[in-house]
Amino acid sequence: MKRLGPRIEEKAVRVGLWVLTLITVGVLLFIIFFIMRRGLPVLSLEFLTANPAEMGKSGGIFSTVVGTAALTVLAILIAAPLGVGTAIYLTEYTWGGPVTRVIRFGAECLAGIPSIIFGLFGFILFVTKLKFGWSILSGGLTLAFMLLPTIIRTSEEAIKSVPASYRNVSFSLGSTKWQTVTRVVLPSALPGIITGIVLSVGRSIGETAATIFTAGSALRMPTSLFSSSRTMSVHFYILAREGISMSNAYGTAAILIIAILGINVLTYYLMNRFIKRYS
Amino acid sequence: MTGGAAIEVRGFSQYFGDVRKIRALDLDVMRNEILGIIGPARSGKSTFLCALNRLNDLVRGSRHEGTITIDGLDIYGPDVDVVELRRRLGMVFATPVPLPRSIYENVAFGARRAGIRGRDRLDVLVRDSLEKGGLWEEVKDRLGTSGLKLSGGQQQRLCLARILAVKPEFILLDEPTSGLDPISTMKIEDSLRRLKAEFTIILVTNNTKQAARVADRTAFFLNGELVEVGPTARIFTAPEDQRTDDYLRGRFG
Amino acid sequence: MAGAVKKRGNRLERNDRLVRLALLVIAFSAVSVLVVITIFIVGQGTPIMFRYGFKSFLAGSDWYPSEKLFGLWPMIVGSLAVTAGALVIGVPLGLSCAIVLTEFSSKRVRGVIKPIVELLAGIPSVVYGFIGVVILVPFIRETFGGPGLSVLAASIILGIMILPTIISISVDSLQAVPPSYREGSIALGATRWQTVKMVLFPAARSGIIASIILGMGRAVGETMATIMVAGNAAEVPGSLLAPVRTLTSNVALEMSYATGEHREALFATGVVLFVIIMVLNTIANATSAKRRKQP
Repeated sequence: MKRLGPRIEEKAVRVGLWVLTLITVGVLLFIIFFIMRRGLPVLSLEFLTANPAEMGKSGGIFSTVVGTAALTVLAILIAAPLGVGTAIYLTEYTWGGPVTRVIRFGAECLAGIPSIIFGLFGFILFVTKLKFGWSILSGGLTLAFMLLPTIIRTSEEAIKSVPASYRNVSFSLGSTKWQTVTRVVLPSALPGIITGIVLSVGRSIGETAATIFTAGSALRMPTSLFSSSRTMSVHFYILAREGISMSNAYGTAAILIIAILGINVLTYYLMNRFIKRYS
Repeated sequence: MTGGAAIEVRGFSQYFGDVRKIRALDLDVMRNEILGIIGPARSGKSTFLCALNRLNDLVRGSRHEGTITIDGLDIYGPDVDVVELRRRLGMVFATPVPLPRSIYENVAFGARRAGIRGRDRLDVLVRDSLEKGGLWEEVKDRLGTSGLKLSGGQQQRLCLARILAVKPEFILLDEPTSGLDPISTMKIEDSLRRLKAEFTIILVTNNTKQAARVADRTAFFLNGELVEVGPTARIFTAPEDQRTDDYLRGRFG
Repeated sequence: MAGAVKKRGNRLERNDRLVRLALLVIAFSAVSVLVVITIFIVGQGTPIMFRYGFKSFLAGSDWYPSEKLFGLWPMIVGSLAVTAGALVIGVPLGLSCAIVLTEFSSKRVRGVIKPIVELLAGIPSVVYGFIGVVILVPFIRETFGGPGLSVLAASIILGIMILPTIISISVDSLQAVPPSYREGSIALGATRWQTVKMVLFPAARSGIIASIILGMGRAVGETMATIMVAGNAAEVPGSLLAPVRTLTSNVALEMSYATGEHREALFATGVVLFVIIMVLNTIANATSAKRRKQP
């Protein structure tokens, strides 16, 4: 068969690539549209602020919102300081020796572990052995470990992108290492660090496999760290799988998507403003 | 205090790993003079400055031989507070590096690290430093704007004011005007002439004409060694070493 | 000056040393967590593997916990099958998108498509699974027959889910190719596609491969979506339309009621998963490292 001339090949390939790209984009938009079309009508202030009734068949999703928020806040409170601290240590206090390599290897391995294994681990350690039971505490700790590698990685990148000249200036003016880190490096790296943390928040909101085995799936409003609680994504999963209420399922999914997308958009907007103000 | 060597360098060598950047340097820096250091690229000029304020310590694998004595104090001695030392030797880098803060905060940065508090004290200090650096008139109405919004020449004068705010005794400048326009260059050179009365200044420059204009004495570095040093006029008209003569005539470098 | 520069107490330096120590301890948190997780999973899961023998565990094709039969082979095949399927879908779509984003679109178009792709990454896996159940599974059932809950359904859903991973890393790799490569090729008269095919792909190869391997890791580790669309029959799937259970689903489905040896067997499943992921990660890291060493 005669080889297609390069021009024709070029055009054919371009068309093909664009088709595939549009399929990709189309699929995503379709998913969002599909959920929103059936989910948005379900949303109302009442849906958000009322507690679920009849196993979720009626009522709202308020207790799951609280549960999700509690888990996420706890996870971030643990993971953010640990993650940023690790990133600071790796970039500012070490020179790439064996210690650094070990730490980085640990973080990268953690990043690849599937969520179900975290769920398994959290179940055995927190729920069972440490006797925390299915609780916000167990769930929050497990989620914290899941988010740790992402926060380390994004914080490291943010810190590394602070120009070396800033550090030199700070030192030459008579600052200690810690002063340089806190007064010059961290403020400049802050947008990147916060973006990483917010991305982790989004991830933790959507996380199901790890939370269902550690925080459980209790529908009532959590009253303490040791209460079991259901997150929105777990609630959605149960509603859908058990067929309890399709419309409420769509509503929950819509809220999930709005929350995650909303957080991402808000962060990019805030970070852009922040960056503009300081440079 | 009159005359007398403020800085005495004896047999000083600087290594980074196995690479020797400065070889067996013997040099005196006199109080209240402007010492110009000229030489081709990679001849150890900047490394020498960074050895004076021990900025080289931050580089992995750095070590030294010999001594550097400032006012009779061996700066590499065990009892030396490096942080304080760096405050006493202000450094201006080749590329102006304003911190991403307001002009006011830039100048106040070093002072704050030194523990100086109180709005009034800082106000006076900032104004004083900006005046000495030759920038006050141009920015007095907009101290709150970002330092990054200034022109290159203004930024460099800001950097100068910044180090003046921590009340150093020495000013080290590493090719401070290499990227600047002639007017900014002139303004900075004027500032240096004024500052000489109060400070001892070491000026590394790849522009020999600048050294001729500004420096009292000039030293010529080549490949990490001091080739010769002496009064600027003599160096430029009657250098003792052939290599100095070659460099000044543009035969290399 | 001499006097003032003498050490005025070791306060500052002691503080710095303390800070450094504290940060070191913090930094080891990531390593410690990894070590603890490994110890637990491996500790809980390996005894049973020794007890029943590796061969019967990994290659046995019957999984009947109530009769003490713990053969993981159907699930291993299941995971491999849906992962392979996910790659078949995800790699062509993902790479096309990456190429179009870097080479064939204007800044404006890029500004529209890139955020959309990043949004894809934020959608929870349960939502993907849900869409699969509600739309894809009935469609497969009606068009191709079979229960609908199948290898095919899982492959398609997983393929879509790994798109953001493949796209973003491939885009990074392609953008990291020095512009001179492109310019040189165009200057020699090559078309854009020829440039991509013969110059950019080879140059970005290790990054693209790394992205694919990471996508594989994601697909292997995905749980919720596969539970919802794959059918979960613990049998080796006979065709694309047959139901299938993955290693991850195996754990998730039976965790809540498993006790004793059954539970140990689930941990052992976790160990197998763990090993697979570690191997994939190491390969991905090795290819990335090669990329960094490339000129």
